[in-house]
Amino acid sequence: MSSMTQSGPSLWGSQKFRKRFGVGVRLVIAVILIAFSVFPVLWIISASFDNSQSLASQKLIPVRAGLDNYRDLFGLNPDYKFGDLFYWKWLWNSVKIATISTVLSLSITTLAAYAFSRLRFAGRVAMLKGILLIQVFPNLLALVAIYLLIFQTGEIIPGLGLNSHAGLILVYLGGSMGMNIWLMKGFLDTIPRAIDESGMVDGASNFRIFWTLLLPLLRPILVVIGILSFIGIYGDFVLARILLNDVDKYTLMVGLQIFTAGQFDQKWGVFAAGALIGALPIMITYISLQDQIAGGLTAGSVKE
Amino acid sequence: MGELVAQKKSRQKNPLTQIILLILVGLFDVGAVWFIQNAWSHGFTQLIIIIGIITVMLNLIFLIPKAYPFRWMALGLSFLILFVIYPIIFTVYVAFTNYGDGHLLTKEQALPIIEKATYLPEEGKSYSWTAFKAESGDYALWLINDDGETFLGKPGEEIVPAKPGDSGIGEADSKGIPVSIEGYERLNGLIAATDKELPNIKFGLEGDQTIQIRSPSEAAELETRYQYDEATDTIVDQSNGDIYYNVDGTFSTRDGKTIKPGFRTVVGFKNFKDFTTSPALRGPLVRIIIWNFIFPTISVLSTFALGLTIAILFNDPDFPFKKLIQSLLIIPYTIPGLISIIIWRGMMNSEFGVINRILDGLIGWAPHWTTEPIWAQIAILIVNLWLGYPYFMLVASGALQSIPSDIYEASMIDGASGWQSFRRITLPLLLVAVGPLLIASYVFNFNNFNLIYLFISGGPPIVGASTQAGHTDILISYVYKLAFESGGRGVQYGLASAISIIVFFIVGAITLVQFRFTNMWEEVSENV
Repeated sequence: MSSMTQSGPSLWGSQKFRKRFGVGVRLVIAVILIAFSVFPVLWIISASFDNSQSLASQKLIPVRAGLDNYRDLFGLNPDYKFGDLFYWKWLWNSVKIATISTVLSLSITTLAAYAFSRLRFAGRVAMLKGILLIQVFPNLLALVAIYLLIFQTGEIIPGLGLNSHAGLILVYLGGSMGMNIWLMKGFLDTIPRAIDESGMVDGASNFRIFWTLLLPLLRPILVVIGILSFIGIYGDFVLARILLNDVDKYTLMVGLQIFTAGQFDQKWGVFAAGALIGALPIMITYISLQDQIAGGLTAGSVKE
Repeated sequence: MGELVAQKKSRQKNPLTQIILLILVGLFDVGAVWFIQNAWSHGFTQLIIIIGIITVMLNLIFLIPKAYPFRWMALGLSFLILFVIYPIIFTVYVAFTNYGDGHLLTKEQALPIIEKATYLPEEGKSYSWTAFKAESGDYALWLINDDGETFLGKPGEEIVPAKPGDSGIGEADSKGIPVSIEGYERLNGLIAATDKELPNIKFGLEGDQTIQIRSPSEAAELETRYQYDEATDTIVDQSNGDIYYNVDGTFSTRDGKTIKPGFRTVVGFKNFKDFTTSPALRGPLVRIIIWNFIFPTISVLSTFALGLTIAILFNDPDFPFKKLIQSLLIIPYTIPGLISIIIWRGMMNSEFGVINRILDGLIGWAPHWTTEPIWAQIAILIVNLWLGYPYFMLVASGALQSIPSDIYEASMIDGASGWQSFRRITLPLLLVAVGPLLIASYVFNFNNFNLIYLFISGGPPIVGASTQAGHTDILISYVYKLAFESGGRGVQYGLASAISIIVFFIVGAITLVQFRFTNMWEEVSENV
């Protein structure tokens, strides 16, 4: 018994299995898998520094290394003629829209989750189930209705209509009463009621209890949901594509997609530079917070 | 109202908050009424209903003290109704209409347009005419009716009685026709009779009185061509007596002649029936549905298998470089999907892509990823494997750590091999935990629009399809093309919505299975 516990509490406890798949073999497998996972990223990094610009001639180690693509991307090359580029504008639009939507949607989600977790009212269970059921209807199918809704609203209040960022943000807020309410409620449920009661003894209102006692404790889940929803909106393509018309109003994803349409092989290098800058901040955030995010992904489903 | 306020005062202690609340609700109501009024003037019926419902709901929530818990979710509920529930209801409604190109207007909007059409009767009120032409190319017509009354007609302007010698009009010649009109030059009979443009011009104001030239000697008043009869819901063509019946939003004769524009109307299950009756629609749809099931099935199995393998291989807490390996393997998950998909599109380009250049160099052959159906499908599956395995890697390693280790010890004492303990212990326990996520992933991939659409827009195209259907299209990308990308048949919201509903039922059925798997239902009921 004691010799077995030494070998670690895992599948690898079996001696035979262990021998066959020694650390060495597993390291080789790891290298192969990493090659599969990282190759596209290396390729895009290399392409972005390759002055030949075209898809056809690119090598993994650029033959003519340089910063031409970045110059084109930032509009420093007056002769560039493959499509409209408003790169900084797109990036700024994306960050702005995703930030505002995330903050607002997080507030809406958290307030509602508080009610579901702490207050008792008729229809509470039915509403929670309903929220889950509605998610089954994929958002994309409702595009026609959302388009007409925003179009008509824009006829009355132009600032909220088609081609406006405010209108797009409103549509994103429609998702705040979704799965995240379940995540947030689940987390709130784990916070002991005794904390609320201590506030009630002092005569604090519900909102004061929520604001001063519970909110600070919610920080870990707020970070996870916030990052996931930011990334989701930052990476969204369809809604932004349908609701925004002008090239300087595009988000980064719409801009990059439309930029790559047509003469793709000629624009490859510039796209690579733009894709890299657009993806890097997200990659870094993700990798540095991977443990928290993984926790958020599995919450509620993987039983501990 | 006063009673409500009194009630609230007795319940809650702070009257100031109550007053502020009432003012805010009042301000909101003023805004809502203003908005609804504007929507009314535009005729946006649905918008009025939806904003009306939300306004009433918010008033109830904030004015009835018992509805207090709902104040916490008032905003969330409003957005939920606006952008989630209403679009669903709308989609269901549209699925039973013919909404789309040629049927974008309501009947009330379409009829006036139809009734504007005119024709030149063979007989009837006639005039003799003389043409005048301006330097800019505009024409004017001097008209004399059978009673000798004279008129001046210009295109787009009302026909007015006029007499020679009026302001801007010259003196009459021997026939009573002015020799000149200010800004115009009189055309002689021969030039006017051979002018090619003249017979096509409608003089006068459309919808009021218009006159067109019928012969060199005669002009006649145009008459309304289509007469709508509300009682029988038919249109009679005054020029030849044809009767047009209202057939699913298009006025058509028995022998198939139609009047444009058509209008929006409820057509019942026609959109759904069209799939089974129209071969052009049915052909691609069957292919798309089959692929729509193959694609998520293989995707989920392959991503889960790879993710699980990685999780098992590197589960050992003291495996060298464990953290680094995991960080590198998670990379595909961290890149915004659109960017990854376009990168893969570039790498898999049949002519210039790196993958084909490598394959070509190694074995002298490379598949045509974008033009051959089967290879396009394989390409999509490879890309989705790359995109999807890190998720299951994360999930599976989390789940593996939660399996208690004493179970393995017990099985080893019983002499179980590694494979046996994997099959009998790890996999079943893992599936209990990860099962719901597998189904969620299946549902996600069932509607994985971004991948399908951004990779090669669902292509290569299915030959002979009457719509823009492609070999890698799934239902949702097909819906998108039908609704938003007017191909040969134009946009078809009705048809697209009908497919949406079919998708909803498929996904709903899968999700019901998921709910049975999980304990989510029980969790809600628990009084935590």
